[in-house]
Amino acid sequence: MTNEVLTGAQAIIRSLELLGIDTIFGLPGGAILPTYDPLMDSKKIRHILVRHEQGAGHAAEGYASATGKLGVCIATSGPGATNLVTAIADAHMDSVPLLAITGQVGSQLIGTDAFQEADIVGITMPITKHSFLVSRPEDIPGAIASAVQIATTGRPGPVLVDVTKDAQVKTAEFVWPPKIDLPGYKPVTKPHGKQIQAAASMILESKKPVLYVGGGVIRAGAHKELLALAETIGAPLTTTLMARGAFPDSHPQHLGMPGMHGTVPAVTALQKADLLITLGARFDDRVTGDAKSFAPGAKVIHVDIDPAEIGKIRFADVPIVGDAKEVITELNAELASQLKGKKPDYSEWWQFVNGLRERYPLGYSEPTDGKLSPQHVIQRIGELSGPEAIFAAGVGQHQMWSAQFIKYERPNSWLNSGGAGTMGYSVPAAMGAKVGEPDRLVWAIDGDGCFQMTNQELATCTINNIPIKVAIINNSSLGMVRQWQTLFYNERYSNTDLHTGTDTIMVPDFVKLADAYGCLGIRVEKEEEIDAAIKLAIETNDRPVVIDFIVGRDAMVWPMVAAGVSNDAVQYARDAAPVWDGEE
Amino acid sequence: MSKHVLSLLVEDKPGLLTRVAGLFARRGFNIESLAVGTSELEGLSRITVVVNVDGAPLEQVTKQLNKLINVIKVVELEPDSVQRDHMLIKVKTDSTTRSQVLEAVTLFRARVIDVVSDALIIEVTGDTTKCAAFVKILEPFGIKEMVQSGVLAMGRGSKSITEKVLK
Repeated sequence: MTNEVLTGAQAIIRSLELLGIDTIFGLPGGAILPTYDPLMDSKKIRHILVRHEQGAGHAAEGYASATGKLGVCIATSGPGATNLVTAIADAHMDSVPLLAITGQVGSQLIGTDAFQEADIVGITMPITKHSFLVSRPEDIPGAIASAVQIATTGRPGPVLVDVTKDAQVKTAEFVWPPKIDLPGYKPVTKPHGKQIQAAASMILESKKPVLYVGGGVIRAGAHKELLALAETIGAPLTTTLMARGAFPDSHPQHLGMPGMHGTVPAVTALQKADLLITLGARFDDRVTGDAKSFAPGAKVIHVDIDPAEIGKIRFADVPIVGDAKEVITELNAELASQLKGKKPDYSEWWQFVNGLRERYPLGYSEPTDGKLSPQHVIQRIGELSGPEAIFAAGVGQHQMWSAQFIKYERPNSWLNSGGAGTMGYSVPAAMGAKVGEPDRLVWAIDGDGCFQMTNQELATCTINNIPIKVAIINNSSLGMVRQWQTLFYNERYSNTDLHTGTDTIMVPDFVKLADAYGCLGIRVEKEEEIDAAIKLAIETNDRPVVIDFIVGRDAMVWPMVAAGVSNDAVQYARDAAPVWDGEE
Repeated sequence: MSKHVLSLLVEDKPGLLTRVAGLFARRGFNIESLAVGTSELEGLSRITVVVNVDGAPLEQVTKQLNKLINVIKVVELEPDSVQRDHMLIKVKTDSTTRSQVLEAVTLFRARVIDVVSDALIIEVTGDTTKCAAFVKILEPFGIKEMVQSGVLAMGRGSKSITEKVLK
């Protein structure tokens, strides 16, 4: 027990230090100024000054997603706090453990429309796991410790702690550890034994099971247990956009990603399955397509740490509430005892699935406009960077190609904005990931649209020696929107042209922009230059690197299930539906 | 769509009502009535919510409510639980109608709270059906003003939803 008297500001910093926080991304302003003063003296916390608070939020997300630890961001009241909103919403959708600390106007001024006042607790209520408004210095340690506990346990998520300026300035006795009083918060991590037995029996009775793996497996750190489970069962497996890397892409049971831009084998195997072994996934509409016609013949085992996900979209025949790691461990033991050394025989099912794999592998056609193939560029980045690298994508076509054409072999190597679909996620998230994992190679694979939303953080990267590599997949347009206009709006390209290609006025010129930010800027227009540029980027570590890959704008993401239709209507390529009944 | 009565035990924290009401709004659940007040335990409040939903969404409502950190317990009360509305009704009266109104008050075991020459304020407590019937009887006389609490409800018998909640 310490009995020191500290200011609230000192108490914030001391609490964070005692909770093991070593990195914060933020930007000061009036209402958080008191806290920035003791922060300057902290020997344990590295503060990284961003150029926009949204960057702080995504950087904290990238840090969390790469390391599995809590990400922390800090901002001032009013616009500082509202600039965090997108990142908080993003973390909420993707279950990222995030602590956001904001300054608030003095408690006497709350409700008066004071300068830089915003009700950030109210604003973020629907997009946080929980939030605290603290107006007394003695409440600070308890609020911070509770916030960290809530953000990092159960289903992880963002927690906001809003601290009034007077609470930061006033003093109170600093009591540690504080009393954490959360009578309504008891996440269930240990599964029910009967449910485990029921799940194991259902698996062994099934003829056509598929493991449907979601991001929860990565958040739970359950990849090793998953590998054991998958190999015990021997069934086909698919990893969602949020779960890429939870299971090695090189593994023969892996069918790739399901959903709107999933592989034909993954989409079809789910449609034809008689059992979905659902692990930390939430039947997102981008996975299910029209939910009523999703996997129509399948029973469902649904494992999730959040009871509200179970039965939300799809009825679960065997619901299991628990932490993915604990559930899979128990399921492995139960299967071993029920199998007694035997192995389930799914050879007929595999024959069907392997037929799909042979007929419908992932592929792409070369662009006809003489520009680079975006898929090829992304594939080469993956191949030259190796399995330990981290890839943070923006949102759109380049994100889907990065999910499809980079081979992920380990968790926490693929970072993206899955649920929220936040353009601009990539550069700051890559920055945060590089801070958390300085020894790993970190790529931001970005689009020319996304990049223009948050590239100001390149200044943060250069100044703080955070040598990320940015690959701009520059098709001079909002590519995914353009793809939809091509397919569904009669090729009427309303407001999707960004004029960043080499045959346009090139505003901005990304190489010049990189140069202005102190980065190495490289432009690649010819196929034979691709590998050399990627290698140069990998070798350059004294500053960030930006490669402007000029790619064809007519390239499209395939396969595709149009929004809202059944996954049975998956298109392998434009006007090319796969055939899966009967022999060829 | 069917009616369900949920009883919530919650921490008495600032913004709690916003969290609960906001959850209903954002998830598209219809609230028919909502009543909040302190419980027998210090720092804890009870909320009674009447929702109009189908079976499956009701499970979502309770699960989502349980996710709120300040919500300690959510219980769906049986249809035979004790359910009471509380109403204040200001009804127009004159010398010719007053006795008829007072007769209705007696019949419904309501009470007169305030009397002036041309109006009465009547207080009535009962389940939703009784209160609605009483209103219907008073309507011909002219209802000038009416306020109503949400439904308050409690399970029958000796059990309490606050049992076993706090260590």
